[in-house]
Amino acid sequence: MPTPVFSANLTLTNLVTSVNNLSETFTSFLFMALGAIIITGLAAVLALIGVYLERKISAHMQDRVGPMEVNTEIPLLKKIGHGWAQTLADAVKLLLKEDIVPDAADKRLHLLAPFIVFAATLAAFAVLPFGKNLIISDLNVGLFYIVAISSFVVIGIILAGWSSNNKWSLFGAMRSAAQIVSFEIPASLALLVVIMAVGSLNLGDIVAFQTGGIHKWLIFQYFPFNLLAFLIFFIASLAELNRAPFDIPEAESEIIAGFHTEYSGMKFAMFFLAEYANMFLVGVVISTLFLGGWSSPFGSFLNGSAFFQVFWIALKAFAVIFVQMWLRWTLPRVRVDQLMYTSWKVLTPFAFVAMFGVGLWMVLLK
Amino acid sequence: MALFDFIFYGFAALTVASAGVMVFSKNVVYSAVGLLFTFFGVAGIYVLLAADFVAIVQILIYVGGILVLLLFGVMLSQKVAGVELRTGTMNVVPAALVVLGVFVVLFRVITNSAWAVQAPTEFEPTTATLGTLLMTDYLIPFEIASVLLLGALIGAAFIARKN
Amino acid sequence: MLYNFATVFVFIVFGALFVGINLTLSRLIQTRNPIPVKLSTYECGELPEGSSWIRFNIRFYVVALIFLIFEVEIVFLFPWAVVFKKLGMFAFAEMMIFVFILIVGLAYVWVKGDLEWEKPRIVPDQRYATVPQEAEAGELVA
Repeated sequence: MPTPVFSANLTLTNLVTSVNNLSETFTSFLFMALGAIIITGLAAVLALIGVYLERKISAHMQDRVGPMEVNTEIPLLKKIGHGWAQTLADAVKLLLKEDIVPDAADKRLHLLAPFIVFAATLAAFAVLPFGKNLIISDLNVGLFYIVAISSFVVIGIILAGWSSNNKWSLFGAMRSAAQIVSFEIPASLALLVVIMAVGSLNLGDIVAFQTGGIHKWLIFQYFPFNLLAFLIFFIASLAELNRAPFDIPEAESEIIAGFHTEYSGMKFAMFFLAEYANMFLVGVVISTLFLGGWSSPFGSFLNGSAFFQVFWIALKAFAVIFVQMWLRWTLPRVRVDQLMYTSWKVLTPFAFVAMFGVGLWMVLLK
Repeated sequence: MALFDFIFYGFAALTVASAGVMVFSKNVVYSAVGLLFTFFGVAGIYVLLAADFVAIVQILIYVGGILVLLLFGVMLSQKVAGVELRTGTMNVVPAALVVLGVFVVLFRVITNSAWAVQAPTEFEPTTATLGTLLMTDYLIPFEIASVLLLGALIGAAFIARKN
Repeated sequence: MLYNFATVFVFIVFGALFVGINLTLSRLIQTRNPIPVKLSTYECGELPEGSSWIRFNIRFYVVALIFLIFEVEIVFLFPWAVVFKKLGMFAFAEMMIFVFILIVGLAYVWVKGDLEWEKPRIVPDQRYATVPQEAEAGELVA
């Protein structure tokens, strides 16, 4: 198991018996806090990049150019062009917007909901392996933990919809919750094939299992069952992100903005940020589980230093995200009954098939 | 006081305070939020007991399943915010006697049980052990659990359908 | 292990702190001008009518119930999957019995229609079903 890079020379299994060794515990807390700050900043920046990418990719797919105006006045940065600073400007704008809480809304719950949604999304970043020793928290139950953390997000969404005291918010929130909850079952079942193959819930172990070249990636093992599991997990994660074609809860033409109708200014920005950070989370998780994580597809070539490892995982995560955005701007929206049909009557049976298949394969042929 | 104890008392305080909010709040949804933090506190205590898998299960099942179910149920009933949750105080004396009786029983149970008073010193991962035990020593309860779940599923679907 | 969970807890706290800092920052520099129109509930520009609490379909609750049962099943499946490689055929057979019993449950709920969501009924709009004769002619008579 890779040792987290921030633990330095602290022997932390002795935390239980360490008595009043304040400087030691304080340094470890400092390292944790540093890691948290870095990852928070990273998640925020990634979310901003994601918003910009979404606008540019959707624009080019629709044969237009998207935002080109905002390039800052700094000469060197201005030369990059292509409106790269657009989301920065949007962030500043949202900071300056008035926070309108309707009279009829429940003020405390209205304030609590963005906290729950964002904190839960960010907490899942803690277990992601960005490199061999670049995991903030190498939890033994890492994968299971990621599955569990999305249930916090559901509660946040329900509270947001309820507290707004608005028919449309509540309706959007309930639908969103039902959608996320329905697709959690096939998603978790699809993960089972990964766990069966690797024998561990630890994300570092899962990536270590896949190092050594593209032929070892889990998506190509136990063909076609792992591929089936990959597809099921990909589709289910689209639904969990409330992204098209499963974006009924955010359907702009139908129920305005769903559960965040009554949110404005920074609170809305937090929901928005959480959604795009979640998208990156899913991208990194899919890359880690099925596409080999931070390991290079060429085996040991270009696999040595942390720089290359981060490069590979970033590349794979961005590829997954690109496909997600591509699907959003290509496919029409699915009806809610079609959505439930897909989850319970198509994805779940196929996930069971994948699990049986891999199980039988492993037992009979190994 | 060691750091471990400090963290434990912190989580215990969180759990008890949230339980208090849950019990004494007049607003159903506030009670649900109190329940959310209670579950979170209990999960923290499980972690301190070296039960890492059970802590995550606590979050997954209780927060992700039961609390969502509870909130759906609350929001399916009309005019919830106006309803006073506390019924009138009648039959105070019999109620007080029952509460006192339950308290005495619980107190005797707590003081007479052989609790493990040492915090665990070995923090081993538990998932693999759980898996092996489920398949070997605890196989019969495991299979019975599946029948129980089946019964719960059919029963719940049946009751919900009648409504 | 405690270290890892402590890190996770610190992350949750910092996530909440990040939101808190941003909201406070926003509160300091935003405009504040609450007028009644802004504070009323949004309903596409119309005045809101009816109470906010509509009676929802029982389907939401049924879906959450079924989800809970299968989630508990998944909780049993995860530790089994972790030790699957080591335990071999016997463990596989035992788990298949478990999963099979629950698939029977899924089939039951499927057949009985508890997984159905209402299909939208499409009612043809009678008013514009036919194009009037004059418009088809192509001449706009004022």
